[in-house]
Amino acid sequence: MNEVEELRPVGETTQFIVIKLGDEQYGIDIKYIDNIVRMPHITRVPKVDNYLKGVINLRGEVIPVMSIRIKMGLENDVETKSSRIIILKLEQQGTIGVIVDEVREVVTLENDRIEKVAYDSKDEKSNFLCGVGKSDGGLISLLDLNAVVLESV
Amino acid sequence: MDVSQYLEIFLDETNEHLQNLNTQILSLEQDPENMDTINEIFRAAHSLKGMAGTMGYKRMQTLTHDMENVFSEVRNGNIKVKADMIDVLFQCLDALEEYNTNIRESSDEGTNDNGALIKRLNDIMGDGDTPAAQEAASQEQAAAPAAADGFVGIKLNENQQSVLSEALKQGKSVYGLTVKVQESCILKAARAFLVFKAIEETSEIIVSDPSSQDIEDEKFDLHFSLIIVSETELNEVVTAAKSVSEIEDVSGSVLNLDDVGAAETEESHAAETGAEVEAAAPAAPAQAQQPAQTAASAPAAPAQAEQAPAPTPAPAAKKAPANKPVVNRTVRVDIEKLDTLMNLVSELIIAKNSLVSASAMSGNSSQAVNEQIEYLESVTTSLHESVMKVRMVPIESTVNKFPRMVRDLQKKLGKKMELYMSGEETELDRTVVDQIGDPLMHLLRNSADHGLESAAVRKERGKPEVGSIFLDAYQDGNNVVIEVRDDGNGIDTKAVKNKAIERGVITPEQGEAMSEKEIIDLLFNAGFSTAKVVSDVSGRGVGLDVVKSMIESLSGEVEVKSRLGEGSTWTIRLPLTLAIIQALMVEIGDEKYAIALGSIQTIEDILPSDVNLVQAKEVIQLRDLVIPLIRLNEILDIPSKKDPEENLVVVVVKKGDKLAGLVVDELIGQQEIVIKSLGKYISKCKIISGATVLGDGEVALILDANSLI
Repeated sequence: MNEVEELRPVGETTQFIVIKLGDEQYGIDIKYIDNIVRMPHITRVPKVDNYLKGVINLRGEVIPVMSIRIKMGLENDVETKSSRIIILKLEQQGTIGVIVDEVREVVTLENDRIEKVAYDSKDEKSNFLCGVGKSDGGLISLLDLNAVVLESV
Repeated sequence: MDVSQYLEIFLDETNEHLQNLNTQILSLEQDPENMDTINEIFRAAHSLKGMAGTMGYKRMQTLTHDMENVFSEVRNGNIKVKADMIDVLFQCLDALEEYNTNIRESSDEGTNDNGALIKRLNDIMGDGDTPAAQEAASQEQAAAPAAADGFVGIKLNENQQSVLSEALKQGKSVYGLTVKVQESCILKAARAFLVFKAIEETSEIIVSDPSSQDIEDEKFDLHFSLIIVSETELNEVVTAAKSVSEIEDVSGSVLNLDDVGAAETEESHAAETGAEVEAAAPAAPAQAQQPAQTAASAPAAPAQAEQAPAPTPAPAAKKAPANKPVVNRTVRVDIEKLDTLMNLVSELIIAKNSLVSASAMSGNSSQAVNEQIEYLESVTTSLHESVMKVRMVPIESTVNKFPRMVRDLQKKLGKKMELYMSGEETELDRTVVDQIGDPLMHLLRNSADHGLESAAVRKERGKPEVGSIFLDAYQDGNNVVIEVRDDGNGIDTKAVKNKAIERGVITPEQGEAMSEKEIIDLLFNAGFSTAKVVSDVSGRGVGLDVVKSMIESLSGEVEVKSRLGEGSTWTIRLPLTLAIIQALMVEIGDEKYAIALGSIQTIEDILPSDVNLVQAKEVIQLRDLVIPLIRLNEILDIPSKKDPEENLVVVVVKKGDKLAGLVVDELIGQQEIVIKSLGKYISKCKIISGATVLGDGEVALILDANSLI
């Protein structure tokens, strides 16, 4: 996405929250994150796409929750002690929660250490990435949130 | 001067004035001689002019100014109200409306000068222009200076007279002052107050006209007059008053005992000639210039006043006190602030629900706690009701434009029709009132265009030539019902059926099997229009489906009943409030759902053996009605917890005349719930109309009974 490059001028830094899905580390741009909450009770909504897990009550507001795992074609989430819901605020879709296995840390990446990923039609996961960042802890796949959240047609 | 902060108020008030003008001109058409109406129109046009001038909208000002001139001529009896004049006036209103829309959108009035309209207005003026009338017109223009001697018209009561003569005896001077406020002045009352203060430093104000209370309430035009007692020179007093900013002119003169006496004679004289003239004089300043002028000239030439001009201004002024606008003690509040308030009330109700369930959970709740919770419950409920009431406005503001619309339709369609409205005072949530206008307008146009027959046909059928359209609104329990009724042709189901088949909406076989009602419902299908000729009134094929979806988006429903040859009735049913409803909580599997109490008819306990199959669908029989069963657990994909041998709990819901039985596992109870949207992200699920937060913090979904049937 060209938009991403425009937003990250060379020489400046961007902060990411590093999360785990399965064995892989992913980064979510901190500017989209509104809140991180422990797993509350999720109310299932019938007759919707399977990656939509339902709705939760976040301080009186009803917020939809989706599973990145199912959206990316991984196996279903298993709720553990470290499971969290990251509440994202997006321009188009509004507020939405995504389930992650674990929230690890916040990293600051210099923009010249972020590399674009080549689009690979065979690898479904690469559709949801907007780059790969190199940090001390290893490689972090950076999630393209608009693609993740976008409704599958 | 920066006036942008007044823009909102200006727009609101302009709308009100325009609406008022529309209504008044309509009634003027019915009763061209009614002076009350003419005065009211004049006042509204005058206020519009003043407001537009203040805000710097020159074109708007020019147009209203010319309208005002026409009315002042009418009021003076120089020209008569004619049909073509009414037409021109309506066009002027449309033009003003356009200015207003432009201003709302871009805070600029646009560049349309409406020269043609102004010319026609002037032509109308020309028609009635005798030299005398012209003179009157020029006097009207010069009304400001003419009224400058307004203080002469002030009536004194005995008490005041004695005060004045006492003062004169003591060697003090009595002055009469007339103060003119600049037309652009926004806070006239404040300026007047400053003038009062400045004068009171040196003098004593004996009487003011209008009364000081009216001046404080800004119930005066641009002038007010005073009679004061002072020891200083007149010049000083005048200078002091002039030093207040935004005061255009102050004129004054010394009054002597004779003047005071003259006023006295005039008064007694007036008392003799009858209450009319006397009433006219005090009321005059509240009126616009013309009566003031008469009043001002009256003392100068009492005899003349008696002879000639009395017929026109006097009756007008006589009735003036009656229709003097009652000052509403209201506050204009931004709707967003009310929304915030409503949200807070919602939060409070959720918190209250949590408290109720927490106290039930803890088990050891004392009676005192329970009592307090009950008290809290009643407070939150009344709080909710009051906030709801604050948001409610009469539908008047929306329906008032319809008589005008019907009048225009009448001309356009060449049919004779009359609109009868009732229940304009019925109140609905502000958001609903704002959005109900378009669907209603559509239904009315529909009735006028498709429903009513032409006068010739009506005569042939033995109906009165003038068709009637009725718009009735009333409250029915927790709903508001708005009916649009006409005594026209009704819906020709055969024509509808043929059209539907022709358009491929249904097959001929389907058509055969359909009941009349089902055929009528076809009208709400997208892209359906039975009008043979496409007119710009209706018949473009977009319409009833839009009406239906708009009303449904307001959680309402629309129904039609029709008898061929006798007319049709469209019934719109709307909920009183959108945000908080009473609901029945039910359990299905281990999930909780809410069903709006409004749609529930009854709750039944049904033996499994009483469930029959009709066309492979489960139905039950209830008091001679066959009701289809809907097993919610199947629709919602939840395994039921119940043993199939057990009795079924059936919630019978209603949509229009249709009933359906929803099978649930268990009933939890009735609860006041706050409706929250699921957001656009989950919009695919049609059977869920929203969600609510329960007392324990969990989210429960609200089932939309309408879409289940």
